[in-house]
Amino acid sequence: MFDYETLRVIWWALLGTLLIGFAVMDGFDFGIAALLRVLARTDDERLVLLETIEPTWEGNQVWFVLGGGAAFAAWPQLYAVSFSGMYLAIFVVLLAFIMRPVGFNFRGKVHDARWRNLWDWVLAASGVVVMLVSGVAFGNLFLGVPFQFDDNLRMTWQGGFFDLLHPFALVAGLVSLTMLLTHGACWAAYKADHVVADRAVRIARWTTLAYVVFYVLAGIWLAYGVAGYAIVGPAVTDGVSNPLHKEVVHGSSWFASYMRYPWFWVAPVLGVAGALGVQVSVGKKQLGCFIASTVMVAGTILSAGFALFPFLLPSSLDPRSSLTVWDASSSKGTLGLMLAMTLIFLPLVIIYTSWVYRVLRGRVTLEHVRQSGHTY
Amino acid sequence: MIIDPEVVTLSRMQFALTALYHFLFVPLTLGLVWILAIMESVYVMTGREVWKRMVQFWGVLFGINFAMGVATGVTMEFQFGMNWAYYAHYVGDVFGTPLAIEGLMAFFLEATLVGLFFMGWDRVSRVAHLLVTWFLALATSLSALWILIANGWMQNPVGSAFNADTMRMEVTSFAEVMFNPVAQAKFVHTVSAGYVLGSMFVLSISAWYLLHNRNVDFAKRSMTVAASFGLAAALSVVVLGDESGYAVSENQKMKMAAIEAMWETEPAPASFTLFGIPDVENRTTHYALRIPWVMGLIGTRSIDKPIPGIANLVEDTKGRIHNGILAYDAMLVLREDRNNAQAKAILAAHDRDMGYALLLKRFMDDPRHATPADIQKAADSTIPNVPVLFWSFRIMVACGFYFIALFAVMFWQASKRQLDKRRWLLKLAFWSLPLPWLAAELGWIVAEYGRQPWAIEGVLPTALGVSSVTTGQVWTSLGGFVLFYSALAIVDAALMLKYARKGPEGLGLWPAAAPEPPVATVAAHAGV
Repeated sequence: MFDYETLRVIWWALLGTLLIGFAVMDGFDFGIAALLRVLARTDDERLVLLETIEPTWEGNQVWFVLGGGAAFAAWPQLYAVSFSGMYLAIFVVLLAFIMRPVGFNFRGKVHDARWRNLWDWVLAASGVVVMLVSGVAFGNLFLGVPFQFDDNLRMTWQGGFFDLLHPFALVAGLVSLTMLLTHGACWAAYKADHVVADRAVRIARWTTLAYVVFYVLAGIWLAYGVAGYAIVGPAVTDGVSNPLHKEVVHGSSWFASYMRYPWFWVAPVLGVAGALGVQVSVGKKQLGCFIASTVMVAGTILSAGFALFPFLLPSSLDPRSSLTVWDASSSKGTLGLMLAMTLIFLPLVIIYTSWVYRVLRGRVTLEHVRQSGHTY
Repeated sequence: MIIDPEVVTLSRMQFALTALYHFLFVPLTLGLVWILAIMESVYVMTGREVWKRMVQFWGVLFGINFAMGVATGVTMEFQFGMNWAYYAHYVGDVFGTPLAIEGLMAFFLEATLVGLFFMGWDRVSRVAHLLVTWFLALATSLSALWILIANGWMQNPVGSAFNADTMRMEVTSFAEVMFNPVAQAKFVHTVSAGYVLGSMFVLSISAWYLLHNRNVDFAKRSMTVAASFGLAAALSVVVLGDESGYAVSENQKMKMAAIEAMWETEPAPASFTLFGIPDVENRTTHYALRIPWVMGLIGTRSIDKPIPGIANLVEDTKGRIHNGILAYDAMLVLREDRNNAQAKAILAAHDRDMGYALLLKRFMDDPRHATPADIQKAADSTIPNVPVLFWSFRIMVACGFYFIALFAVMFWQASKRQLDKRRWLLKLAFWSLPLPWLAAELGWIVAEYGRQPWAIEGVLPTALGVSSVTTGQVWTSLGGFVLFYSALAIVDAALMLKYARKGPEGLGLWPAAAPEPPVATVAAHAGV
């Protein structure tokens, strides 16, 4: 089987895959929820828009649940430090996640305009919160977060909710927001009745533009205004998972790995190319636009992951406590077993998910929701 | 560093609150989905519309509950990281794996199919829809399996060892974790409890329709399914609960002794205390009504093995604390000198008891400086809350036996086609609705509150598992949960009531939309 170093790199890639899976599969659900009141003006139109995601959003969200579970199992300290350190931010995201299943289900259960308006806003707010906060959290990874370990590897964090709101992190939040609004709008353009789809086309043109501006801004800021972290000396890649065994310096460049592996540039190029693809194809209201926005989402997340590598979570308080791919993983046995499980079950997930989408193919029309009565 | 006891208390309250709340919805999902699968199988086999409408009607109630289950389930996953960060670090290598596999193997399937269950009636063939329902049912039970493998490891941490380099527990044998006898016993007991609860849900609401003379055929058919499935489930929940008890007595002797309020070791075979008032202060049980031999038989499957009492277990614990201190000391030596052979040998000999030294961390920073009085205090702290366990267990078991009796009578009535004949029975069935929830929640209390002071039995004390968060943060989240969960509970209950009251006819499912009453009546008489 694989050696420890290879397993760690594979699990870094798998964590990225799950994150991209979440952003691609669930991201458009969030985008649509956030745009619910913008894209759809009447209750019937909203039913159309909701039905484009209703049968599938629940499965899509498992990409997130699985991402959390995989982080717990493969990168326990990453999960422990980020969730407890960013406590209140994570709690707000959790509330958004709690309100989604009930929002989707309960909204249609009472025929009353005020009731439905209420849940519309709840769903829209939950969409905005998750997109924005996850972007802000990601932005903070580049800035480093204030934690350190004691000798027992117990973590302490020195900072509160508002310390996360650094301007760079806010820009990262806007990258995430505009990216996923675009992704949602592309899905609506492809999937919803033309009345709604036409509005989605107009929205997507603006949000992609905003995305490119924020993404490029974030990139320039990262190059000139945010210092990177680097491991001092040669990294021990197959050592024990104890972050305290290394030295880390703060003051290098986050573009160092792009200099070392020039093919990494593919990722940001894909991000921007995807955005251009959306501009070109969105007017056709076909699958092409959604594929373009998928490329944009994947490219963006990859570009961030590549820049951070091998860091998972740098510490601004005590750089040597930083979590990296080489010292924050589970044991070799656990990584190997989980890899085997993933190789068996992830293809199955993709197969039955594809089947479900195939069954549900076709545009959701106003005529259809007026006839079907909507019992879900 | 010294851990803030208030953070520990608040985090525990929050975990208990959110877990008990989540567990209001989980068992109904577990049970009701199989009832839907049974009903839909009958529909596909007989082609009778009424069975499809039964699936659709009960499906609406299932959907409301499912949404609540999913919503409150995410909380559980978040909370290990948010509030129990040191726990997540210390055991993530072992405990995280079954959780991740649950997502990959079960929850993904469940969540992907649930949309098609509701919206796929006109899009896929009958057989394909039936398969969707069956896989949905299978996936929910598989989900429970992996969660209980994780939980079983907390009760009986097999297949793992402490690693001083990484300061955490790591897997040594995943097969042992997976085939942990405690996990297996808990799984079958818990899913059976869910099946009982789902059956009672259908039985009670159907009884209400019969009492109001509504949807008689619909309700009688639903009741027949519920009574049959419920009887099988009630029998298995009691029998398999007994198996669970046996598994507990093997590895959690203290929990067993607390459930029995068995202060001193009794000569074998021990008696079972049917009733009594446990007195924690004087370590005795007043007014005890004992049945000879029964406890020995349940707990040890023998007549000659004694079941140790609380006093003896505390003495044993003191010995393990001493050994644990040796292991703790060796661990500290190894931290400075990773190749110290002597320390390695000591750690290898006593690492099973290292968790016992950590019990002292509640009272002091360095367990190596413990006095005999500290050790006594730490040993005493391993006694769980005896009266709560004693009573929770007895009420749960009484409910279990009551369920067997009720479902047996209803099954008998169903087979004689007299379900609507005895109004008092229907009333009894209706008013029994809350009991399976009570039993399920008490079961959780016995299992998890009874494990205290351990998060991982013998390995990690609960107090040590908390995050380094402030009381203000935990108060905020706890307040948020109380607020949101209360609001959702009201909405959930209101919607459930609304749709149960509406009944299948209110949803246009019965009988207006089913223009075949003669066939249905014939079918009822033919016993379909």
